[in-house]
Amino acid sequence: MKSVIAENLVKTYDKGRVRALDDLSLDVEEGTVLSVLGPNGAGKTTTVRILSTLMRPDSGNAQVAGIDVIKNPEKVREVIGLSGQYAAVDEILTGYDNLVMFGELYHLGKKQSVLRANELLERFSLTEAAKRPIKTYSGGMRRRLDLAASLIVKPKVLFLDEPTTGLDPRGRQEMWGVIQELVKGGVTLLLTTQYLEEADQLADEIAVIDTGKVIARGTSDALKKQVGGERLEVVVEQTHVAKTIEIVAAVSGNKAALDEGLRLISAPVSTGSAALFEVLKALDSAGIHALDVGLKRPSLDDVFLSLTGHAAEEKKVEVAEKKRGRK
Amino acid sequence: MSAVNDIAIITRRQLLLLTRVPEVLIFSTIQPVMFVLLFRYVFGGSINTGQPGGYVQLLMPGIFVQTVAFTLAGTASGLAEDMKKGLIDRFRSLPISQSALVIGRTLGDSLLNIVVLAVMGIAGYVVGWRPSAGLGNVALGFLFLLLFGYALSWVGVLVGLSASDARVVQNVSFIVTFPLTFLSNAFAPTTGMPRALQYFAEWNPVSTMVAACRELFGLENQFGATAGSFPSEHPLTTSLIYMVVIMVIFIPLSLRKYRNYAD
Ligand SMILES: Nc1ncnc2c1ncn2[C@@H]1O[C@H](COP(=O)(O)OP(=O)(O)OP(=O)(O)O)[C@@H](O)[C@H]1O
Ligand SMILES: [Mg+2]
Repeated sequence: MKSVIAENLVKTYDKGRVRALDDLSLDVEEGTVLSVLGPNGAGKTTTVRILSTLMRPDSGNAQVAGIDVIKNPEKVREVIGLSGQYAAVDEILTGYDNLVMFGELYHLGKKQSVLRANELLERFSLTEAAKRPIKTYSGGMRRRLDLAASLIVKPKVLFLDEPTTGLDPRGRQEMWGVIQELVKGGVTLLLTTQYLEEADQLADEIAVIDTGKVIARGTSDALKKQVGGERLEVVVEQTHVAKTIEIVAAVSGNKAALDEGLRLISAPVSTGSAALFEVLKALDSAGIHALDVGLKRPSLDDVFLSLTGHAAEEKKVEVAEKKRGRK
Repeated sequence: MSAVNDIAIITRRQLLLLTRVPEVLIFSTIQPVMFVLLFRYVFGGSINTGQPGGYVQLLMPGIFVQTVAFTLAGTASGLAEDMKKGLIDRFRSLPISQSALVIGRTLGDSLLNIVVLAVMGIAGYVVGWRPSAGLGNVALGFLFLLLFGYALSWVGVLVGLSASDARVVQNVSFIVTFPLTFLSNAFAPTTGMPRALQYFAEWNPVSTMVAACRELFGLENQFGATAGSFPSEHPLTTSLIYMVVIMVIFIPLSLRKYRNYAD
């Protein structure tokens, strides 16, 4: 069963001048994790806001847990948890106050709200900071508290918009751990990210989006295959480059590429470690000592590059500037 | 009723905020008290009121109204802050009554007004303010003030939700509120103003409110060019009409804005 279905979503801003979502469709199988991967301005937040009832699309349909998001937003709110891109908790109140307040707004009653707040604070390692105002929290703590607030009543579907953006590597690791725990608990999760590694780590399936469209989707492995399988890479001394190109091309059956600066010769292969073995043997009998030999699986960066024609990071600056200009 | 419950929780949050940042409460009372003292001692000597008890009797209703008028700014900037922090998104994604957040905020701001008015009343008393009317009328005057603040608070909701930036909200609210409070009879009789301004001042809701409070507190109102006009003759009725009109217009507008604010 699909827990989340979005069909042909279109959303424009600025009276149609900005087309944030351009016929975007996606779905998430119950109990699985879909990562929506895209650079700045791709439409991730817009997608999450529509699915979590904060915003209506210009056109298109969406269902969450079988409930129509546009016709029945109240019902949808009962089954979802949302942790937006920027931690949405009351800075002035303490972590404890925040969670109790949200518990009461979920109609848990005072006593249950207090119990649940303490439980969540414990689980997200925030017990020590519970009685401090949020404004004294680090970015990672804030993020965890925000996530805790979206879990007060166990949601069927959880939306996390860039849960680790702005966190340091340790904070990111912690957050990944927390998310993996949640997933084990059986929640359906839609998570957006700009980090290819994060999608790779956490998601069952990845939807790559760019300029408001899904440009590819599938498992991490499938996406990598789509870009081409593994590449054989050899680094040699300058004097051996020409000969090595011949050898690699022969083993691969394809044209070999050369990165002159690195003296790195590479070519796609389909036979995996057999190709590696073959090339080592050929180099050996040619008397060439390879400085480095390896099989490289394509990273999601490669996936992005080959799908969009631009690197995931490249666009960041431009869009960030555009945003600043708008403000 | 779960909506009532939701509203109560939001209102309580606002009070909790006040206890966590007592500065807010302190400064929202210090400012009007300062106004009381400044006007009382700076202008009090030079404005001849022709009223028993001196300038402070006229001044207090004026300052009360001015203070509650600034509820507009308070509500607006509070909401703008919540929006900036993305907090409104969280509230809007909860299975709660969608208007609870704004209703709770307007009620919370009115509760704050009660405290502020009480402190000002005491300060006024200390510097010689003695309403000559009975307790019932004085209480009615304060009720009027609270209601006026509440009505304006809904204008603040719309301003707060419409503005793109919390600082803009401050500026907009002040640009709206300052001329209204000064182009009025709040601090000085309107008789000295140019004729056109006198008409504006007499019809200004701030003036009718001030006149209504003066009447309730047992003072006689003075009028210039506009003597005999409806607002001067019936300040209480006029004020009440203003408040109802403001609420009838701004409550639905604000609630609609809140529901659709992301679209
Ligand atoms: N309120 C708005 N008004 C005008 N344009 C907007 C608004 N919100 C978003 N946009 C534009 O819509 C597009 C998609 O924005 P969105 O926030 O969904 O992207 P995103 O993938 O979440 O980006 P990021 O990684 O920066 O969070 C961008 O071009 C953005 O500039
Ligand atoms: Mg975003």
